[in-house]
Amino acid sequence: MSVAVPLVEHFARGLDAPICLTWELTYACNLACRHCLSSSGRRDPAELSTAEARAVIDELERMQVFYVNIGGGEPTIRPDFWELVDYATAHHVGVKFSTNGVRVTPEVAERLAQSDYVDVQISLDGATADVNDAVRGEGSFAAAIRAMEHLAAAGFSGFKVSVVCTRHNFPQLDSFQALADRYGAQLRLTRLRPSGRGADVWDELHPTAAQQRELYDWLLAHGENVLTGDSFFHLAGYGGDALPGLNLCGAGRVVCLIDPVGDVYACPFAIHDAFRAGNVRDDGGFAAVWRASELFRTLRGPQAGGACAACSAYDACRGGCMAAKFFTGLPLDGPDPECVKGFGAVRLAAVEPGSAPRPSLDHSRPAAVPVTIGRR
Amino acid sequence: MSVLDQAWELAPQVSVRPEPFGALLYHFGTRRLSFLKDRRLLAVVEALGDAPSARHACAGAGIGPSDIGAYERALARLAATDMLRERTA
Repeated sequence: MSVAVPLVEHFARGLDAPICLTWELTYACNLACRHCLSSSGRRDPAELSTAEARAVIDELERMQVFYVNIGGGEPTIRPDFWELVDYATAHHVGVKFSTNGVRVTPEVAERLAQSDYVDVQISLDGATADVNDAVRGEGSFAAAIRAMEHLAAAGFSGFKVSVVCTRHNFPQLDSFQALADRYGAQLRLTRLRPSGRGADVWDELHPTAAQQRELYDWLLAHGENVLTGDSFFHLAGYGGDALPGLNLCGAGRVVCLIDPVGDVYACPFAIHDAFRAGNVRDDGGFAAVWRASELFRTLRGPQAGGACAACSAYDACRGGCMAAKFFTGLPLDGPDPECVKGFGAVRLAAVEPGSAPRPSLDHSRPAAVPVTIGRR
Repeated sequence: MSVLDQAWELAPQVSVRPEPFGALLYHFGTRRLSFLKDRRLLAVVEALGDAPSARHACAGAGIGPSDIGAYERALARLAATDMLRERTA
């Protein structure tokens, strides 16, 4: 079974349809997480209508996109959320959705447990209330735990506990694993990006170089039991064993983002005009954007290594995450800000404060006051 | 007994998407993604449901004795991850 071209190269050159994609259904949110990658808070009046969202699902079915990662904002706030979930699964488009858990009542948990085609990710950024609520807002830990209790009680096994790895929750990795185990859930760890409001807290929250090294070892030790959404591909630069997954930036190649107003971006961490490929409302819909956008064609072509080309790790890390570079003010053809060789840290020190590009959109609520969730 | 001597079919929750390199397989129940790394393996997988055994499906796809070991391993992996289901007559 000789393969002329390594599989990963096929993915780097892009497929005719995404394998999966992220679909942020709304910018409205009942929390105000400090690191929100989409700067969510207020609903955008130009949000896709139910009919438009159904048309997108029809297209995804035709393109055989296996599943969508639905997020937001808090997607369950949309009044037609369940209608769209049902419509997608009835049309062979699987749904994984991310939620802060506030609206996962026992009834909702029951309903979720009964569907094979719907998966749930409860977002949690601390294994204790103090660490979590410092980022996600007061009461958000209790709400997430309550949701997990409801899911476990309903017999939903294998739902995901989704953690953005930060400097402050890094010491809690084993506690997160224990927490997931306690509820019959699976742990998912992803990388903090300086996207959206994440740019404002990046310096304070992104893991230290020493933590990053430990994280790599920890992920290797846990293998396929811990999901990562392939988000730590820059750690391939360590040159040791490969983490499970493709270890490839799939932006515009095998994944993308559809935002609440139908804009298509290369990835969920790149909500900026520089990474906007088109809109599902354009002629030809999503398929035309995916197949013909100039931006996506460029991403599928050979990438310039720039300053990284001479580095021994470049073939493994491929320069890291373009969104992380872009929003920290680094050039795209240079090292990732968290380059495992330390080259990014050197470059970052030379970036003039305030010169990094800001997100093109900001739906944050005007006064970013911490949200308190009433106890029942 | 070798996977080759058993009869198989795609698990009902598995979706197959042909690609230039082979195919993508997605299992909606386990939420696992798998890759078929060449077109002949896709032909084998597509033929399994109507073949008396995996060996017949391989033969039908033109796979000779020198190559069959690799296909046996690939099919065993698919069976172990529930992508394939044993078929009982």
